[in-house]
Amino acid sequence: MPALTDLRDQACIVGIGETAYTRGTPKSALELALEASLGAIEDAGIQPGDIDAVILPNGAGSGGTAGDFCANLGLQDLHYTTSLQEMGGAMCVSAVESATTALASGIAQYALIPLCSRFYSGRRARQVTSDPGTGLQAAETIRDYYAPFGVAAPPQHYAWMTQRHMQLYGTTHEQLGAVAVAMRKHAQLHPNALMQRAPLTLEDYLSSRWISYPYRLLDCCLETDGAAALLMTSAERAKDLRKKPVYVTGVASGHPFPPHDIPNRPDILKIGLDFCASRAYAMAGVQPSDIDFAEIYDCFTGQAILQIESAGFCKKGEGGPFVENGRIELGGALPVNTHGGLLSQAHNTGMNHLVEAVVQLRHEADSRQVQDPEFGVVTGWGGHGHGSIAILRR
Amino acid sequence: MTTENATPLVRLPVLGGYTKEFYDWCQQRELRFQCCQECGTWRHPPRPMCTSCHSLEWAWAPAKGTGTVYCWTTVYQALDPAFAEHVPYAAVVVELDEGPRLTTWVTGVVPDELQVGMPVEVWFDTVSDDVTLPKFKPQLPSL
Repeated sequence: MPALTDLRDQACIVGIGETAYTRGTPKSALELALEASLGAIEDAGIQPGDIDAVILPNGAGSGGTAGDFCANLGLQDLHYTTSLQEMGGAMCVSAVESATTALASGIAQYALIPLCSRFYSGRRARQVTSDPGTGLQAAETIRDYYAPFGVAAPPQHYAWMTQRHMQLYGTTHEQLGAVAVAMRKHAQLHPNALMQRAPLTLEDYLSSRWISYPYRLLDCCLETDGAAALLMTSAERAKDLRKKPVYVTGVASGHPFPPHDIPNRPDILKIGLDFCASRAYAMAGVQPSDIDFAEIYDCFTGQAILQIESAGFCKKGEGGPFVENGRIELGGALPVNTHGGLLSQAHNTGMNHLVEAVVQLRHEADSRQVQDPEFGVVTGWGGHGHGSIAILRR
Repeated sequence: MTTENATPLVRLPVLGGYTKEFYDWCQQRELRFQCCQECGTWRHPPRPMCTSCHSLEWAWAPAKGTGTVYCWTTVYQALDPAFAEHVPYAAVVVELDEGPRLTTWVTGVVPDELQVGMPVEVWFDTVSDDVTLPKFKPQLPSL
């Protein structure tokens, strides 16, 4: 019987590509996704025709269907394609998991993971009044049981969790603000961050307007347009490629219960990541204390704190104090979202977190480089709290 | 004057399947949830199978309509124009005494007066010809 540890270090990220992140774009989602894909292919130093797997984090919403990528990139012999749409924002890390299984098993040799997010030019969060339009069961729960009471968009139903966290553990507004401020500091060091030239103080944070208590405007991620892509292959093939490979040493996905409804979870603070983090660490054979940096899915400040706890960096309920005093800033004990995250770089559904982790592990992050990192963690969060985690190593 | 005549004043559920049955009971001024006929476990939102014993036998069982505040968010920026005139409003998760939790409003208090564990009881708000929503208000102390 194969063991989970058999998958350790069997697949690598060997190419990354990323477009500019903007508010507004004249380009189609497919054009952006293809631009990022070509970037990843060039970065890896392979030919487009080598690709035999296309993993679509968001199905056709990734920028195009697998057929679109075949037709445009000239993929003549596609072996494998799949979609992780139901994972919501956890889809990109889960796509790495799918690619890992396909590559380690020999089903495919080179996997492309493209994703375009058009959160500015497409439908914006403020336009989600009832049916989020995903066709998923969680969407029906929102439409039929939350929206009649004015709850339809993530800053509202995710705020429930943060209110509960504050109530149970005494988490403060200043601690939520510490996350926003840290992300902004990091974004100022990234040339492709939307908020590169917009410094943010805790006072600025505390004076920003309420959206859905306890969330202020600056607790909420950006809405941007842009695409990124990863190119993955087996560890054996990776050795011959252009860049130093980044190994998928552990990866796992998990789901809260029940997945489609937040209020009826026995503990609404038990999230998908709680179900999968230990599996990823076991596969990798490392501990949270071995991790040099973390790229955490920061759709909202409170969700980042929840995931810092669930990824094992501190105990449940201690995430608030953990993020204070610069601990999650560059130079701190655990730098988090060294690119600025969804809060201050861009919202590309966490693909930008994976790209940044690769840049850091290649030691190519210039002024925002974590000192000599060997292991980095990337988490995903989406739907109503699905989770995923990748432990990457250089 | 707005030309958005299509924007409803309230945001209604789509009445089909189990959801229609849930709201039909509300229209009759009864708060009912699915209750397993094999093991007695309550569940919500509605679905075919009991999570505990996997029985497909269930009935719409009446809840007492009393419960407590579990958590909430206070919405200051109405993302949905149907709620623009209501801000700030608290979208509250109420835990019924039988166990299921419901997204709802607690009326008769301002959001700042809400407290976790606050005892509440159901009332029914008819918002359209077809839809009555279960809302809650603080329980009066028993005499």
